[in-house]
Amino acid sequence: MWGYLTGIDDDVFEEFERMRRRMDQLYGAWPGSTGIRSVAAGTFPGINVGASPEQVDVYVFATGVDPKSLDISLQQNLLTIAGERKVELPEKAQVYRNERFSGGFQRALTLPEDVDPDKVSAAYRDGVLHLTLRRREAVRPRQIEVK
Amino acid sequence: MSKNKEIKTREKQEMQTRGESEAFLRPAMDIYEDARGITLKADLPGVSPDRLNIQVDGNTLVIEGQVSITMPEGMEALYADVRATRYQRSFNLSSELDSDKISAEMKDGVLTLNLPKREELQPRKIEVKIG
Repeated sequence: MWGYLTGIDDDVFEEFERMRRRMDQLYGAWPGSTGIRSVAAGTFPGINVGASPEQVDVYVFATGVDPKSLDISLQQNLLTIAGERKVELPEKAQVYRNERFSGGFQRALTLPEDVDPDKVSAAYRDGVLHLTLRRREAVRPRQIEVK
Repeated sequence: MSKNKEIKTREKQEMQTRGESEAFLRPAMDIYEDARGITLKADLPGVSPDRLNIQVDGNTLVIEGQVSITMPEGMEALYADVRATRYQRSFNLSSELDSDKISAEMKDGVLTLNLPKREELQPRKIEVKIG
């Protein structure tokens, strides 16, 4: 009987452990150190950065923003994006949820050092600002042909 | 409010089955009510209108969206706040809402959903005639 009960307890603990791991994954509480410019989960706007040998792609998840009003600057390899999103709720309505970010925002992130500030393009689609930054020729891997 | 014809409210459509491991993002929403009905606004960055699925099954409203972003080949992730590509959130509707008249509009990644109250519950102006 006790064995049976302990068996259940083990399962419960295992379940908790699994849950804890899942929470850590979700909230980013991994033991390693985080970037000095990293922000709390859920900060508006979310940013994803990807890199390939030719370019660095920055995706800014900023819905409902006029892309022309964004202030994007690149100083060396430090990218800064600032802007404002105003979310207005009707005065007379009964508000149940007000989760969408409203106000001014600024995000800064360090990109690979070889991005070329003169070769940056930007596009805004479906609420995502996509910045493409070319990397300098010199550091791109080159194919060397043997003749 | 203008209506986006690309977005269709699909009724009683079977939910797609998918792997358990797939993570869903919970979109941030504003929900408010006035005399005419309930308005819902959701941030769905990267979801194009054709990748958005709004379902009403009985009294359950499910909003789902798939992020479609063009990525160059051989791209490696350096940093990611957004770690999943699918949004989902569902609500129980109440009976005074007319699920046949739900309308949706999508602009710059923001979904606006209008859930009007049934005709008989709409506010009416009663004119008083002075005899």
